[in-house]
Amino acid sequence: MTTTSTASPTGDGLRQGLADVATMSLRELQHWRNRPGVIVFGWLFPVLVLAMFVGLLGGALGQSTGGSYVDFVMPGMLAVTMFFGLDSTMTAVSLDASRGVTERFRSLPVSGAAVLTGRCAADLLNSMVGLAVVVVAGLLFGWRPEAGLPAWAAVVGLLVLLRLAMLWIGMFVGLRVRSQEAVSAVQVAVWPLLMLSGVFVDTATMPRWLGVVAEVNPLTGTVAAVRDLLGAPGAGSSWVGSAAPWPAVIWPVLLTAVFLPLAAGTWRRLRR
Amino acid sequence: MSEHARTPAVEAVGVRKAYPGAAAPALDGLDLTVDRGTVHGLLGHNGAGKTTAIRIMTTLLEHDSGSMRVAGHDVRTDGRAVRARIGLVGQYSAVDEDLTGRQNLVMFGKLGRLSGAGAARRADELLERFGLADAAGKRLAAYSGGMRRKLDLAAALLVAPEVLFVDEPTTGLDPAARRDVWDAVRHLSSRGTTVLLTTQYLEEADRLADHISLVANGRVVAEGTPAVLKARVGDDRLELAPAVHADADRVAVLVRPFASGEAHVVDGRVSVPVTDRGRALADVVGAVRDAGIDLADVAIRTPTLDDAFLELTGSGAEGKVLA
Repeated sequence: MTTTSTASPTGDGLRQGLADVATMSLRELQHWRNRPGVIVFGWLFPVLVLAMFVGLLGGALGQSTGGSYVDFVMPGMLAVTMFFGLDSTMTAVSLDASRGVTERFRSLPVSGAAVLTGRCAADLLNSMVGLAVVVVAGLLFGWRPEAGLPAWAAVVGLLVLLRLAMLWIGMFVGLRVRSQEAVSAVQVAVWPLLMLSGVFVDTATMPRWLGVVAEVNPLTGTVAAVRDLLGAPGAGSSWVGSAAPWPAVIWPVLLTAVFLPLAAGTWRRLRR
Repeated sequence: MSEHARTPAVEAVGVRKAYPGAAAPALDGLDLTVDRGTVHGLLGHNGAGKTTAIRIMTTLLEHDSGSMRVAGHDVRTDGRAVRARIGLVGQYSAVDEDLTGRQNLVMFGKLGRLSGAGAARRADELLERFGLADAAGKRLAAYSGGMRRKLDLAAALLVAPEVLFVDEPTTGLDPAARRDVWDAVRHLSSRGTTVLLTTQYLEEADRLADHISLVANGRVVAEGTPAVLKARVGDDRLELAPAVHADADRVAVLVRPFASGEAHVVDGRVSVPVTDRGRALADVVGAVRDAGIDLADVAIRTPTLDDAFLELTGSGAEGKVLA
Protein backbone atom coordinates (compact mmCIF):
# COMPACT_ATOMS: atom_id res chain seq x y z
CA MET A 1 0.00 0.00 0.00
CA THR A 2 1.18 3.48 -0.74
CA THR A 3 2.39 5.26 2.33
CA THR A 4 -0.11 7.89 3.27
CA SER A 5 1.30 11.18 4.44
CA THR A 6 -0.27 11.96 7.77
CA ALA A 7 -0.81 15.37 9.30
CA SER A 8 2.10 16.00 11.60
CA PRO A 9 1.41 17.65 14.93
CA THR A 10 2.39 21.10 16.24
CA GLY A 11 5.88 21.70 14.76
CA ASP A 12 4.77 21.61 11.15
CA GLY A 13 1.30 22.74 12.12
CA LEU A 14 1.83 26.46 11.60
CA ARG A 15 3.75 26.04 8.35
CA GLN A 16 1.06 23.70 7.06
CA GLY A 17 -1.64 26.09 8.25
CA LEU A 18 -0.07 28.97 6.32
CA ALA A 19 0.27 26.79 3.24
CA ASP A 20 -3.43 25.96 3.50
CA VAL A 21 -4.31 29.64 3.81
CA ALA A 22 -2.27 30.32 0.68
CA THR A 23 -4.01 27.49 -1.17
CA MET A 24 -7.42 28.80 -0.18
CA SER A 25 -6.54 32.35 -1.21
CA LEU A 26 -5.12 31.16 -4.52
CA ARG A 27 -8.44 29.46 -5.15
CA GLU A 28 -10.21 32.81 -4.92
CA LEU A 29 -7.71 34.42 -7.30
CA GLN A 30 -8.38 31.59 -9.75
CA HIS A 31 -12.09 32.39 -9.46
CA TRP A 32 -11.28 35.97 -10.50
CA ARG A 33 -9.40 34.75 -13.53
CA ASN A 34 -12.01 32.18 -14.51
CA ARG A 35 -14.96 34.53 -14.12
CA PRO A 36 -13.57 38.03 -14.65
CA GLY A 37 -17.01 39.50 -15.34
CA VAL A 38 -18.24 38.87 -11.82
CA ILE A 39 -15.21 40.33 -10.11
CA VAL A 40 -14.90 43.38 -12.37
CA PHE A 41 -18.58 44.18 -11.89
CA GLY A 42 -17.96 44.03 -8.14
CA TRP A 43 -15.18 46.58 -8.50
CA LEU A 44 -17.21 48.88 -10.75
CA PHE A 45 -20.44 48.80 -8.77
CA PRO A 46 -19.36 51.45 -6.22
CA VAL A 47 -18.29 53.62 -9.17
CA LEU A 48 -21.81 53.26 -10.54
CA VAL A 49 -23.28 54.39 -7.23
CA LEU A 50 -20.79 57.26 -7.11
CA ALA A 51 -21.69 58.40 -10.63
CA MET A 52 -25.36 58.27 -9.76
CA PHE A 53 -25.04 60.38 -6.64
CA VAL A 54 -22.51 62.89 -7.96
CA GLY A 55 -24.03 63.24 -11.42
CA LEU A 56 -27.70 62.99 -10.55
CA LEU A 57 -28.01 64.35 -7.05
CA GLY A 58 -24.69 66.14 -6.53
CA GLY A 59 -26.02 69.49 -7.72
CA ALA A 60 -28.97 69.50 -5.37
CA LEU A 61 -27.09 67.98 -2.42
CA GLY A 62 -23.93 70.01 -2.81
CA GLN A 63 -25.36 73.22 -1.39
CA SER A 64 -26.16 71.67 1.99
CA THR A 65 -22.67 70.25 2.47
CA GLY A 66 -20.78 73.56 2.33
CA GLY A 67 -18.37 72.51 -0.39
CA SER A 68 -18.20 70.39 -3.51
CA TYR A 69 -20.42 67.32 -3.22
CA VAL A 70 -17.77 64.98 -4.61
CA ASP A 71 -15.40 66.01 -1.81
CA PHE A 72 -18.19 65.38 0.68
CA VAL A 73 -19.31 62.03 -0.69
CA MET A 74 -15.95 60.41 -1.54
CA PRO A 75 -15.03 59.52 2.07
CA GLY A 76 -18.48 57.97 2.25
CA MET A 77 -17.89 56.01 -0.96
CA LEU A 78 -14.62 54.61 0.38
CA ALA A 79 -16.51 53.23 3.37
CA VAL A 80 -19.36 51.99 1.14
CA THR A 81 -16.86 50.04 -0.95
CA MET A 82 -15.83 48.22 2.23
CA PHE A 83 -19.47 47.79 3.22
CA PHE A 84 -20.30 46.10 -0.10
CA GLY A 85 -17.66 43.51 0.82
CA LEU A 86 -20.24 42.10 3.23
CA ASP A 87 -22.26 41.04 0.22
CA SER A 88 -19.40 39.44 -1.71
CA THR A 89 -18.18 37.50 1.33
CA MET A 90 -21.66 36.32 2.23
CA THR A 91 -22.50 35.25 -1.32
CA ALA A 92 -19.25 33.32 -1.77
CA VAL A 93 -19.51 31.53 1.59
CA SER A 94 -23.15 30.63 1.02
CA LEU A 95 -22.42 29.34 -2.48
CA ASP A 96 -19.62 27.09 -1.20
CA ALA A 97 -21.91 25.65 1.44
CA SER A 98 -24.79 24.99 -0.96
CA ARG A 99 -22.53 23.41 -3.58
CA GLY A 100 -20.98 20.96 -1.13
CA VAL A 101 -17.48 22.42 -1.45
CA THR A 102 -17.51 23.32 2.23
CA GLU A 103 -18.24 19.67 3.03
CA ARG A 104 -15.25 18.59 0.97
CA PHE A 105 -12.99 21.00 2.85
CA ARG A 106 -14.34 19.66 6.11
CA SER A 107 -13.51 16.09 5.12
CA LEU A 108 -9.86 17.04 4.50
CA PRO A 109 -7.15 17.40 7.16
CA VAL A 110 -7.44 21.20 6.93
CA SER A 111 -8.36 23.34 9.91
CA GLY A 112 -11.47 25.49 9.74
CA ALA A 113 -9.32 28.46 10.73
CA ALA A 114 -7.22 28.00 7.58
CA VAL A 115 -10.30 27.87 5.35
CA LEU A 116 -11.79 31.00 6.92
CA THR A 117 -8.48 32.89 6.98
CA GLY A 118 -7.87 32.07 3.33
CA ARG A 119 -11.24 33.61 2.52
CA CYS A 120 -10.29 36.64 4.66
CA ALA A 121 -7.06 37.25 2.81
CA ALA A 122 -8.62 36.94 -0.64
CA ASP A 123 -11.61 39.12 0.21
CA LEU A 124 -9.40 41.81 1.72
CA LEU A 125 -7.33 41.88 -1.45
CA ASN A 126 -10.52 42.09 -3.48
CA SER A 127 -11.70 45.08 -1.48
CA MET A 128 -8.33 46.83 -1.74
CA VAL A 129 -8.54 46.62 -5.53
CA GLY A 130 -12.11 47.91 -5.34
CA LEU A 131 -10.88 50.76 -3.18
CA ALA A 132 -8.21 51.72 -5.71
CA VAL A 133 -10.80 51.68 -8.49
CA VAL A 134 -13.19 53.97 -6.62
CA VAL A 135 -10.35 56.36 -5.69
CA VAL A 136 -9.35 56.68 -9.34
CA ALA A 137 -13.00 57.21 -10.30
CA GLY A 138 -13.30 59.89 -7.62
CA LEU A 139 -10.26 61.72 -8.98
CA LEU A 140 -11.81 61.62 -12.46
CA PHE A 141 -15.00 63.13 -11.01
CA GLY A 142 -12.93 66.03 -9.67
CA TRP A 143 -12.25 64.84 -6.12
CA ARG A 144 -9.21 66.63 -4.68
CA PRO A 145 -8.48 65.33 -1.18
CA GLU A 146 -5.99 67.32 0.83
CA ALA A 147 -4.15 64.95 3.09
CA GLY A 148 -0.62 63.77 3.70
CA LEU A 149 0.71 60.26 3.77
CA PRO A 150 0.11 59.68 7.52
CA ALA A 151 -3.53 60.70 7.18
CA TRP A 152 -3.94 58.38 4.19
CA ALA A 153 -2.36 55.51 6.12
CA ALA A 154 -4.84 56.10 8.93
CA VAL A 155 -7.70 56.17 6.40
CA VAL A 156 -6.68 52.84 4.89
CA GLY A 157 -6.26 51.38 8.37
CA LEU A 158 -9.79 52.38 9.40
CA LEU A 159 -11.22 51.10 6.12
CA VAL A 160 -9.51 47.72 6.55
CA LEU A 161 -10.90 47.56 10.07
CA LEU A 162 -14.42 48.13 8.72
CA ARG A 163 -13.88 45.54 5.99
CA LEU A 164 -12.77 42.96 8.57
CA ALA A 165 -15.97 43.50 10.53
CA MET A 166 -17.98 43.05 7.32
CA LEU A 167 -15.99 39.89 6.57
CA TRP A 168 -16.98 38.17 9.77
CA ILE A 169 -20.61 39.27 9.50
CA GLY A 170 -20.59 37.99 5.90
CA MET A 171 -19.12 34.64 6.91
CA PHE A 172 -21.59 34.18 9.74
CA VAL A 173 -24.61 35.05 7.61
CA GLY A 174 -23.25 33.10 4.62
CA LEU A 175 -22.82 29.93 6.69
CA ARG A 176 -26.30 30.35 8.11
CA VAL A 177 -28.17 31.29 4.97
CA ARG A 178 -28.18 28.54 2.37
CA SER A 179 -30.85 29.36 -0.18
CA GLN A 180 -30.23 31.85 -2.98
CA GLU A 181 -33.55 33.54 -2.10
CA ALA A 182 -32.41 34.26 1.45
CA VAL A 183 -29.11 35.63 0.16
CA SER A 184 -31.03 37.96 -2.14
CA ALA A 185 -33.16 39.12 0.79
CA VAL A 186 -30.05 40.06 2.76
CA GLN A 187 -28.63 41.80 -0.31
CA VAL A 188 -31.73 44.02 -0.44
CA ALA A 189 -31.71 44.61 3.30
CA VAL A 190 -28.28 46.28 3.22
CA TRP A 191 -29.63 49.25 1.22
CA PRO A 192 -31.66 50.90 3.99
CA LEU A 193 -28.58 50.49 6.20
CA LEU A 194 -26.57 52.29 3.57
CA MET A 195 -29.06 55.12 3.10
CA LEU A 196 -29.61 55.60 6.82
CA SER A 197 -26.07 56.81 7.42
CA GLY A 198 -23.89 59.85 6.94
CA VAL A 199 -22.56 58.52 3.63
CA PHE A 200 -24.60 60.53 1.14
CA VAL A 201 -26.01 63.39 3.22
CA ASP A 202 -25.10 65.21 6.42
CA THR A 203 -26.99 63.59 9.30
CA ALA A 204 -27.67 67.12 10.63
CA THR A 205 -30.09 67.68 7.72
CA MET A 206 -32.24 64.69 8.75
CA PRO A 207 -35.18 64.84 11.16
CA ARG A 208 -33.77 64.66 14.66
CA TRP A 209 -34.77 61.04 15.45
CA LEU A 210 -33.61 59.79 12.05
CA GLY A 211 -30.36 61.67 12.49
CA VAL A 212 -29.74 59.84 15.76
CA VAL A 213 -30.34 56.48 14.07
CA ALA A 214 -27.93 57.42 11.29
CA GLU A 215 -25.33 58.60 13.81
CA VAL A 216 -25.21 55.24 15.57
CA ASN A 217 -24.86 53.43 12.22
CA PRO A 218 -21.33 51.95 12.32
CA LEU A 219 -20.85 53.09 8.75
CA THR A 220 -21.33 56.72 9.80
CA GLY A 221 -18.52 56.39 12.33
CA THR A 222 -16.00 55.36 9.70
CA VAL A 223 -17.27 57.95 7.20
CA ALA A 224 -16.95 60.75 9.77
CA ALA A 225 -13.43 59.73 10.70
CA VAL A 226 -12.34 59.50 7.07
CA ARG A 227 -13.86 62.95 6.35
CA ASP A 228 -11.97 64.30 9.30
CA LEU A 229 -8.65 62.79 8.19
CA LEU A 230 -9.06 63.93 4.58
CA GLY A 231 -10.22 67.42 5.53
CA ALA A 232 -13.48 66.92 3.65
CA PRO A 233 -16.46 69.29 3.96
CA GLY A 234 -18.95 68.20 6.62
CA ALA A 235 -16.24 66.85 8.91
CA GLY A 236 -16.94 67.25 12.60
CA SER A 237 -20.41 68.69 12.00
CA SER A 238 -22.14 65.81 13.73
CA TRP A 239 -21.91 64.28 17.16
CA VAL A 240 -20.17 61.23 15.76
CA GLY A 241 -17.88 63.50 13.76
CA SER A 242 -16.74 65.34 16.84
CA ALA A 243 -15.91 62.03 18.50
CA ALA A 244 -13.86 60.85 15.49
CA PRO A 245 -11.99 58.65 15.07
CA TRP A 246 -13.21 56.61 18.04
CA PRO A 247 -16.54 55.33 16.63
CA ALA A 248 -14.61 54.20 13.53
CA VAL A 249 -12.40 52.06 15.75
CA ILE A 250 -14.87 50.91 18.39
CA TRP A 251 -17.69 49.81 16.07
CA PRO A 252 -15.66 47.48 13.80
CA VAL A 253 -13.77 46.02 16.77
CA LEU A 254 -17.05 45.42 18.57
CA LEU A 255 -18.68 43.83 15.50
CA THR A 256 -15.64 41.63 14.93
CA ALA A 257 -15.63 40.61 18.58
CA VAL A 258 -19.24 39.49 18.21
CA PHE A 259 -19.27 37.95 14.73
CA LEU A 260 -15.87 36.25 14.60
CA PRO A 261 -16.78 33.85 17.43
CA LEU A 262 -20.26 33.44 15.94
CA ALA A 263 -18.83 32.50 12.53
CA ALA A 264 -16.29 30.11 14.08
CA GLY A 265 -19.02 28.59 16.25
CA THR A 266 -21.31 28.11 13.25
CA TRP A 267 -18.46 26.40 11.40
CA ARG A 268 -18.01 23.98 14.28
CA ARG A 269 -21.76 23.44 14.65
CA LEU A 270 -21.97 22.23 11.04
CA ARG A 271 -21.20 18.86 12.65
CA ARG A 272 -24.40 18.70 14.66
CA MET B 1 1.97 -2.11 9.77
CA SER B 2 1.10 -5.17 11.88
CA GLU B 3 -1.05 -3.23 14.29
CA HIS B 4 -2.43 -1.30 11.37
CA ALA B 5 -3.62 -4.54 9.80
CA ARG B 6 -5.24 -5.68 13.00
CA THR B 7 -7.51 -2.69 13.53
CA PRO B 8 -10.59 -2.78 11.32
CA ALA B 9 -10.99 -0.01 8.76
CA VAL B 10 -14.30 0.93 10.34
CA GLU B 11 -15.63 -0.18 13.68
CA ALA B 12 -19.04 1.06 14.80
CA VAL B 13 -20.59 -0.07 18.04
CA GLY B 14 -24.11 0.96 19.00
CA VAL B 15 -23.94 4.25 17.11
CA ARG B 16 -27.00 6.41 17.55
CA LYS B 17 -27.87 9.69 15.88
CA ALA B 18 -31.14 11.56 16.04
CA TYR B 19 -31.70 14.78 14.12
CA PRO B 20 -33.52 17.44 16.10
CA GLY B 21 -37.23 17.33 15.35
CA ALA B 22 -37.13 14.01 13.48
CA ALA B 23 -39.69 11.39 14.48
CA ALA B 24 -37.29 8.44 14.40
CA PRO B 25 -33.52 8.37 14.95
CA ALA B 26 -31.46 8.24 11.74
CA LEU B 27 -29.15 5.68 13.31
CA ASP B 28 -30.56 3.42 15.97
CA GLY B 29 -27.67 1.37 17.32
CA LEU B 30 -25.59 0.76 14.21
CA ASP B 31 -23.04 -2.05 14.62
CA LEU B 32 -20.62 -2.48 11.77
CA THR B 33 -17.14 -3.84 11.22
CA VAL B 34 -15.36 -3.27 7.92
CA ASP B 35 -12.22 -5.33 7.48
CA ARG B 36 -9.08 -3.84 5.95
CA GLY B 37 -8.62 -4.34 2.25
CA THR B 38 -12.22 -5.26 1.52
CA VAL B 39 -14.97 -3.60 -0.48
CA HIS B 40 -17.92 -3.37 1.86
CA GLY B 41 -21.39 -2.44 0.68
CA LEU B 42 -24.01 -0.72 2.80
CA LEU B 43 -27.24 -1.61 1.08
CA GLY B 44 -30.51 0.07 1.95
CA HIS B 45 -33.37 2.25 0.83
CA ASN B 46 -33.47 6.02 0.94
CA GLY B 47 -33.73 7.13 4.53
CA ALA B 48 -32.30 3.90 5.96
CA GLY B 49 -29.42 5.83 7.53
CA LYS B 50 -26.63 5.07 5.06
CA THR B 51 -25.64 8.66 4.38
CA THR B 52 -25.84 9.59 8.06
CA ALA B 53 -23.48 6.71 8.82
CA ILE B 54 -21.01 7.87 6.15
CA ARG B 55 -21.16 11.46 7.39
CA ILE B 56 -20.34 10.35 10.93
CA MET B 57 -17.47 8.14 9.72
CA THR B 58 -15.98 11.03 7.76
CA THR B 59 -16.26 13.44 10.74
CA LEU B 60 -18.78 15.68 8.99
CA LEU B 61 -21.39 14.89 11.60
CA GLU B 62 -21.22 14.06 15.30
CA HIS B 63 -23.08 11.05 16.67
CA ASP B 64 -25.08 11.16 19.90
CA SER B 65 -23.81 7.96 21.50
CA GLY B 66 -21.93 4.76 20.78
CA SER B 67 -18.41 4.42 19.47
CA MET B 68 -17.09 4.94 15.97
CA ARG B 69 -13.49 4.31 14.97
CA VAL B 70 -12.11 4.77 11.46
CA ALA B 71 -8.63 3.57 10.48
CA GLY B 72 -7.99 2.96 14.18
CA HIS B 73 -8.89 6.50 15.30
CA ASP B 74 -11.92 7.76 17.18
CA VAL B 75 -13.88 10.09 14.89
CA ARG B 76 -14.98 12.24 17.80
CA THR B 77 -11.69 12.82 19.59
CA ASP B 78 -9.22 12.34 16.77
CA GLY B 79 -11.00 13.75 13.75
CA ARG B 80 -7.92 15.27 12.19
CA ALA B 81 -6.12 11.89 12.15
CA VAL B 82 -9.19 10.28 10.59
CA ARG B 83 -9.42 12.98 7.89
CA ALA B 84 -5.76 12.44 7.01
CA ARG B 85 -6.48 8.78 6.22
CA ILE B 86 -9.76 8.83 4.38
CA GLY B 87 -11.25 9.87 1.08
CA LEU B 88 -14.89 10.78 0.57
CA VAL B 89 -17.02 10.74 -2.51
CA GLY B 90 -20.29 12.23 -1.32
CA GLN B 91 -23.73 11.68 -2.72
CA TYR B 92 -23.62 14.97 -4.57
CA SER B 93 -20.52 16.12 -6.36
CA ALA B 94 -18.56 18.48 -4.13
CA VAL B 95 -16.18 20.22 -6.46
CA ASP B 96 -15.66 23.89 -7.19
CA GLU B 97 -17.81 24.92 -10.15
CA ASP B 98 -15.79 28.03 -10.86
CA LEU B 99 -12.44 26.28 -11.12
CA THR B 100 -11.22 24.07 -13.95
CA GLY B 101 -10.96 20.33 -13.42
CA ARG B 102 -7.22 20.56 -13.02
CA GLN B 103 -7.37 23.55 -10.66
CA ASN B 104 -9.80 21.59 -8.49
CA LEU B 105 -7.55 18.56 -8.23
CA VAL B 106 -4.39 20.56 -7.58
CA MET B 107 -6.14 22.51 -4.82
CA PHE B 108 -7.57 19.42 -3.11
CA GLY B 109 -4.21 17.67 -3.49
CA LYS B 110 -2.37 20.48 -1.74
CA LEU B 111 -4.98 20.58 1.03
CA GLY B 112 -4.53 16.81 1.29
CA ARG B 113 -0.86 17.34 2.12
CA LEU B 114 0.79 16.90 -1.27
CA SER B 115 3.48 19.34 -2.35
CA GLY B 116 2.61 21.78 -5.13
CA ALA B 117 4.52 19.77 -7.73
CA GLY B 118 3.25 16.48 -6.33
CA ALA B 119 -0.35 17.70 -6.48
CA ALA B 120 0.08 18.83 -10.09
CA ARG B 121 1.58 15.48 -11.09
CA ARG B 122 -1.16 13.50 -9.31
CA ALA B 123 -3.84 15.71 -10.85
CA ASP B 124 -2.56 15.03 -14.37
CA GLU B 125 -2.33 11.29 -13.69
CA LEU B 126 -5.90 11.10 -12.45
CA LEU B 127 -7.30 13.33 -15.20
CA GLU B 128 -5.67 10.97 -17.67
CA ARG B 129 -6.97 7.84 -15.96
CA PHE B 130 -10.56 9.12 -15.79
CA GLY B 131 -10.54 10.29 -19.39
CA LEU B 132 -10.80 13.93 -18.40
CA ALA B 133 -7.47 15.09 -19.80
CA ASP B 134 -9.14 16.95 -22.67
CA ALA B 135 -11.44 18.81 -20.30
CA ALA B 136 -8.73 19.51 -17.70
CA GLY B 137 -8.56 23.22 -18.53
CA LYS B 138 -12.31 23.75 -18.71
CA ARG B 139 -14.44 25.16 -15.95
CA LEU B 140 -16.77 22.63 -14.35
CA ALA B 141 -19.75 24.55 -15.63
CA ALA B 142 -18.94 22.87 -18.97
CA TYR B 143 -18.81 19.35 -17.47
CA SER B 144 -21.58 16.76 -17.75
CA GLY B 145 -22.94 15.03 -14.65
CA GLY B 146 -20.83 11.94 -15.34
CA MET B 147 -17.65 13.97 -15.81
CA ARG B 148 -18.29 15.83 -12.57
CA ARG B 149 -18.81 12.56 -10.75
CA LYS B 150 -15.53 11.23 -12.08
CA LEU B 151 -13.72 14.38 -11.05
CA ASP B 152 -15.28 14.00 -7.63
CA LEU B 153 -13.94 10.48 -7.41
CA ALA B 154 -10.52 11.63 -8.61
CA ALA B 155 -10.49 14.30 -5.89
CA ALA B 156 -10.97 11.59 -3.27
CA LEU B 157 -8.11 9.51 -4.69
CA LEU B 158 -5.42 12.20 -4.80
CA VAL B 159 -3.67 10.93 -1.69
CA ALA B 160 -4.33 7.15 -1.88
CA PRO B 161 -6.58 6.96 1.19
CA GLU B 162 -6.52 4.06 3.64
CA VAL B 163 -10.30 4.03 3.61
CA LEU B 164 -12.45 5.41 0.83
CA PHE B 165 -16.10 6.23 1.48
CA VAL B 166 -18.34 6.30 -1.54
CA ASP B 167 -21.92 7.40 -1.03
CA GLU B 168 -24.24 6.18 -3.80
CA PRO B 169 -21.57 6.56 -6.45
CA THR B 170 -23.66 5.84 -9.52
CA THR B 171 -27.05 7.32 -8.73
CA GLY B 172 -28.11 9.32 -11.77
CA LEU B 173 -25.26 8.16 -14.01
CA ASP B 174 -25.61 6.65 -17.46
CA PRO B 175 -24.47 3.02 -17.87
CA ALA B 176 -21.07 3.92 -19.38
CA ALA B 177 -20.21 6.35 -16.60
CA ARG B 178 -21.43 3.79 -14.08
CA ARG B 179 -19.00 1.22 -15.44
CA ASP B 180 -16.15 3.75 -15.24
CA VAL B 181 -16.92 4.37 -11.58
CA TRP B 182 -17.09 0.65 -10.86
CA ASP B 183 -13.75 0.12 -12.57
CA ALA B 184 -12.20 2.89 -10.51
CA VAL B 185 -13.45 1.36 -7.26
CA ARG B 186 -12.11 -2.07 -8.26
CA HIS B 187 -8.78 -0.63 -9.30
CA LEU B 188 -8.39 1.15 -6.00
CA SER B 189 -9.39 -1.90 -4.03
CA SER B 190 -6.84 -4.02 -5.88
CA ARG B 191 -4.17 -1.64 -4.58
CA GLY B 192 -5.10 -2.17 -0.96
CA THR B 193 -7.53 0.62 -0.17
CA THR B 194 -10.54 -0.35 1.89
CA VAL B 195 -13.76 0.83 0.26
CA LEU B 196 -17.06 1.37 2.01
CA LEU B 197 -19.81 2.14 -0.46
CA THR B 198 -23.49 2.75 -0.03
CA THR B 199 -25.99 1.86 -2.67
CA GLN B 200 -29.67 1.29 -3.29
CA TYR B 201 -28.92 -1.20 -6.03
CA LEU B 202 -28.53 -4.85 -5.20
CA GLU B 203 -26.79 -5.36 -8.52
CA GLU B 204 -24.17 -2.74 -7.70
CA ALA B 205 -23.43 -4.20 -4.27
CA ASP B 206 -23.29 -7.65 -5.83
CA ARG B 207 -20.77 -6.58 -8.48
CA LEU B 208 -18.45 -4.60 -6.25
CA ALA B 209 -18.66 -5.72 -2.67
CA ASP B 210 -16.90 -8.57 -0.89
CA HIS B 211 -19.25 -8.15 2.00
CA ILE B 212 -22.69 -6.57 2.28
CA SER B 213 -24.53 -5.09 5.24
CA LEU B 214 -28.22 -4.57 4.75
CA VAL B 215 -29.37 -1.41 6.54
CA ALA B 216 -32.93 -0.56 7.54
CA ASN B 217 -34.25 1.95 10.05
CA GLY B 218 -30.80 2.95 11.21
CA ARG B 219 -29.36 -0.47 11.95
CA VAL B 220 -27.80 -3.44 10.20
CA VAL B 221 -30.49 -6.09 9.68
CA ALA B 222 -28.50 -8.69 7.74
CA GLU B 223 -24.88 -9.26 6.77
CA GLY B 224 -22.80 -11.56 4.64
CA THR B 225 -21.02 -12.10 1.37
CA PRO B 226 -23.10 -11.41 -1.74
CA ALA B 227 -23.26 -15.16 -2.41
CA VAL B 228 -24.61 -15.94 1.05
CA LEU B 229 -27.11 -13.10 0.93
CA LYS B 230 -28.24 -13.96 -2.55
CA ALA B 231 -28.73 -17.57 -1.52
CA ARG B 232 -30.95 -16.28 1.24
CA VAL B 233 -32.73 -13.80 -0.96
CA GLY B 234 -33.38 -16.63 -3.33
CA ASP B 235 -33.59 -17.05 -7.00
CA ASP B 236 -34.92 -15.19 -9.97
CA ARG B 237 -38.41 -13.85 -9.65
CA LEU B 238 -41.22 -14.86 -11.94
CA GLU B 239 -43.83 -12.12 -12.07
CA LEU B 240 -47.35 -12.68 -13.30
CA ALA B 241 -50.05 -10.07 -13.71
CA PRO B 242 -53.49 -11.60 -14.37
CA ALA B 243 -55.78 -9.57 -16.60
CA VAL B 244 -58.27 -9.48 -13.72
CA HIS B 245 -56.72 -8.28 -10.45
CA ALA B 246 -58.99 -10.52 -8.38
CA ASP B 247 -57.42 -13.63 -9.95
CA ALA B 248 -54.05 -12.89 -8.35
CA ASP B 249 -54.69 -14.98 -5.26
CA ARG B 250 -55.70 -17.97 -7.39
CA VAL B 251 -52.55 -17.56 -9.47
CA ALA B 252 -50.46 -17.51 -6.29
CA VAL B 253 -51.89 -20.92 -5.37
CA LEU B 254 -51.40 -22.31 -8.87
CA VAL B 255 -47.70 -21.41 -9.05
CA ARG B 256 -46.86 -23.04 -5.73
CA PRO B 257 -45.73 -26.42 -7.15
CA PHE B 258 -43.17 -24.69 -9.41
CA ALA B 259 -41.84 -22.19 -6.89
CA SER B 260 -38.65 -22.39 -4.85
CA GLY B 261 -40.10 -20.13 -2.16
CA GLU B 262 -43.13 -18.20 -1.04
CA ALA B 263 -45.23 -16.22 -3.48
CA HIS B 264 -46.09 -12.60 -2.70
CA VAL B 265 -49.03 -10.67 -4.10
CA VAL B 266 -48.73 -6.92 -4.44
CA ASP B 267 -51.26 -4.80 -6.36
CA GLY B 268 -52.64 -7.72 -8.31
CA ARG B 269 -49.15 -8.84 -9.31
CA VAL B 270 -47.81 -12.20 -8.22
CA SER B 271 -44.08 -12.52 -7.54
CA VAL B 272 -42.59 -15.95 -6.97
CA PRO B 273 -39.00 -17.21 -6.72
CA VAL B 274 -38.01 -19.91 -9.23
CA THR B 275 -34.82 -21.90 -9.80
CA ASP B 276 -34.92 -22.83 -13.46
CA ARG B 277 -36.20 -19.74 -15.24
CA GLY B 278 -36.88 -21.33 -18.62
CA ARG B 279 -38.80 -24.36 -17.40
CA ALA B 280 -40.63 -22.50 -14.68
CA LEU B 281 -41.86 -19.93 -17.18
CA ALA B 282 -43.32 -22.57 -19.51
CA ASP B 283 -44.79 -24.67 -16.68
CA VAL B 284 -46.37 -21.79 -14.82
CA VAL B 285 -47.85 -20.10 -17.87
CA GLY B 286 -49.27 -23.46 -18.97
CA ALA B 287 -50.82 -24.15 -15.58
CA VAL B 288 -52.37 -20.70 -15.38
CA ARG B 289 -53.82 -20.96 -18.88
CA ASP B 290 -55.23 -24.41 -18.11
CA ALA B 291 -57.02 -22.87 -15.14
CA GLY B 292 -58.69 -20.44 -17.57
CA ILE B 293 -56.99 -17.29 -16.27
CA ASP B 294 -55.82 -14.65 -18.74
CA LEU B 295 -52.46 -13.02 -18.14
CA ALA B 296 -51.83 -9.36 -18.93
CA ASP B 297 -48.07 -9.60 -18.35
CA VAL B 298 -45.39 -12.16 -17.58
CA ALA B 299 -41.79 -11.33 -16.68
CA ILE B 300 -38.69 -12.90 -15.23
CA ARG B 301 -36.38 -10.65 -13.29
CA THR B 302 -33.40 -10.88 -10.95
CA PRO B 303 -34.01 -10.16 -7.24
CA THR B 304 -34.23 -6.50 -6.24
CA LEU B 305 -33.52 -4.74 -3.02
CA ASP B 306 -37.19 -5.09 -2.16
CA ASP B 307 -36.94 -8.86 -2.50
CA ALA B 308 -33.88 -8.86 -0.28
CA PHE B 309 -35.75 -6.98 2.41
CA LEU B 310 -38.77 -9.24 2.06
CA GLU B 311 -36.67 -12.34 2.54
CA LEU B 312 -33.96 -11.23 4.95
CA THR B 313 -35.93 -9.16 7.39
CA GLY B 314 -38.65 -11.74 7.78
CA SER B 315 -41.45 -9.37 6.92
CA GLY B 316 -41.87 -6.99 4.07
CA ALA B 317 -42.98 -4.24 6.43
CA GLU B 318 -39.69 -2.40 6.69
CA GLY B 319 -38.97 -2.65 3.02
CA LYS B 320 -42.39 -1.44 2.04
CA VAL B 321 -42.49 1.46 4.44
CA LEU B 322 -39.18 2.70 3.14
CA ALA B 323 -39.76 2.01 -0.53
